[in-house]
Amino acid sequence: MDYWKDFRKVFFTLMTLGSFWMLLFFVVPMGFLFVLSFSSKAIVNGETSILDYNYFSTIANYVDAAGSSYLVLLGRAVLWSAIATIVCLLLAYPLAFAVCFSAPKWRPILLLLLILPFWINLLIRTYALIQVLRTNGFLNQALGFFHLPQTDILFGTSAVIMGLVYVYLPFMVLPLYSTIEKLDKSYLEASLDLGASQPRTFWSITLPLTMPGVITGIILVFIPCLGSFLTSDLLGGPNNWMIGNAIQNQFGEANNWPFGAALSFILMYATFFVLFVRAMLTRRSKGVDA
Amino acid sequence: MAARLKPGQGPLDYGSRLWLKILFAVVLLFLYAPIASLIAFSFNVDKTGVWHGFTFQNYIKAWHNDAIFNALSNSLAIAFCSTIFSTILGAMTALALWRFKFPFKTPFEGFLALPIVVPEICMGVALALFYSKTGMMTAVRDWIWPLNLINIIIAHIAFSFPFVAVVVRSRLVGFNRQLEEASKDLGASEWQTFTNVIVPFLMPSLIAGGLLAFTLSLDDFVITFFSSGPNSVTFPVKIYSMVKTTITPQINAASTVLIVITLLATFIAMKIQAPVKTEKS
Repeated sequence: MDYWKDFRKVFFTLMTLGSFWMLLFFVVPMGFLFVLSFSSKAIVNGETSILDYNYFSTIANYVDAAGSSYLVLLGRAVLWSAIATIVCLLLAYPLAFAVCFSAPKWRPILLLLLILPFWINLLIRTYALIQVLRTNGFLNQALGFFHLPQTDILFGTSAVIMGLVYVYLPFMVLPLYSTIEKLDKSYLEASLDLGASQPRTFWSITLPLTMPGVITGIILVFIPCLGSFLTSDLLGGPNNWMIGNAIQNQFGEANNWPFGAALSFILMYATFFVLFVRAMLTRRSKGVDA
Repeated sequence: MAARLKPGQGPLDYGSRLWLKILFAVVLLFLYAPIASLIAFSFNVDKTGVWHGFTFQNYIKAWHNDAIFNALSNSLAIAFCSTIFSTILGAMTALALWRFKFPFKTPFEGFLALPIVVPEICMGVALALFYSKTGMMTAVRDWIWPLNLINIIIAHIAFSFPFVAVVVRSRLVGFNRQLEEASKDLGASEWQTFTNVIVPFLMPSLIAGGLLAFTLSLDDFVITFFSSGPNSVTFPVKIYSMVKTTITPQINAASTVLIVITLLATFIAMKIQAPVKTEKS
């Protein structure tokens, strides 16, 4: 590796544009948002102004955000994301396992089948799911065909969780697949040879050794679920809002941008907290290995 | 335990377990049935969601529907521009990180990962605020197409190029720096070495990274939704507003077109990346 001072021209040519882009179109907007979250709408000539703010004037937005109605939305986002993550894990683990232990020529095809939906537009997939779930949707048509009772799950909690699982399942499959694939199968053989049952082998050998993949998968599903608003908006409706919907609403109809900014930062802090927990967990597991 | 195994089935033959096969089939049904029905009903005569016969009418109507056509062409134009710039920016950043030691390198790498981990909606509202406060939101409104989409393109580059950088950097790990030294020993300049040695080596990752940026851009709804002005509607934003009001099979038709484009890009990316793996092993 070269030291940057030895090739200043090359270094600056390569670095400038990317750093500039990140600074101007990521850091500066985030800075704006941060300032706004401590601001209030200015009163001009006795009327609340649309565009002017009193910057750094208040922490009222955070105080409001800590009010029960918004904490409920955050709590709901955490709870539903957790449920969706667990469902994803329970589905994806056996699936990734099945792929890893299938005939080598089938492996890439099976894996591709599981992760292909990830490439299809999120909105198209949600729209497809709506067409299945709505009152005259394909699910009810199919149920009617077999003379089974109709369901009405669209615009309910279960539809939101189903939507989250539907959208984020591929995120769980990929890391699980890559760790299970690397797993040394002779450990499993040794365990079974020495008389451990299949469940015992799973709990004491397979699961601990594939834990890094499990943790990565949980992070990859939980974090986007936490910040999602599209799924709960389209599949859940107004009674099933998560924190993301509240942010969208404040920047849209409710038109209280400072408050929306405060909610955004609360969501970001929650996300960073999850990442922090993950870093702690991996550090600890490294310690055990060493 | 072994007693339950069929002949020829080893204890580790989990792939042939019946319950796993059933689970696999059920999950695939769950994943693909909605998409398959969406595609199937793009060919439906009727708009009620009950099958009444096969037709291409929805595709023709969608093509002539200005709102849908504009949204789709906006999406493709944005994806195209964003792909080119993200690939260049991502490759440059990857090269810098690969080649140089510099102060605060680790924090810088973490900083680059921020657009990947920060919730999309937060980045979206931050950009909405930035564009409206700096006046960029209204300034670009009357520019000629596709320049009036510049705000969205800028946003897409900002969240795509770190992904490209990751792809390119993983290819650079396998680069033999002696090739670069040989090139310079033989009198090539920094630039000649770059175009004749490094770029050809990077080509597969540039294409793969570019296609990743392309699909990321086509896929994005949240950030586009917030950073677009009222006149620049992309296809996902259009579906969003239509889902809220009316559901028409024309949307199914246009969605099918977008699915085909995305899947083609994905397959090309995979085909290109596949030989890289065999080279390494």
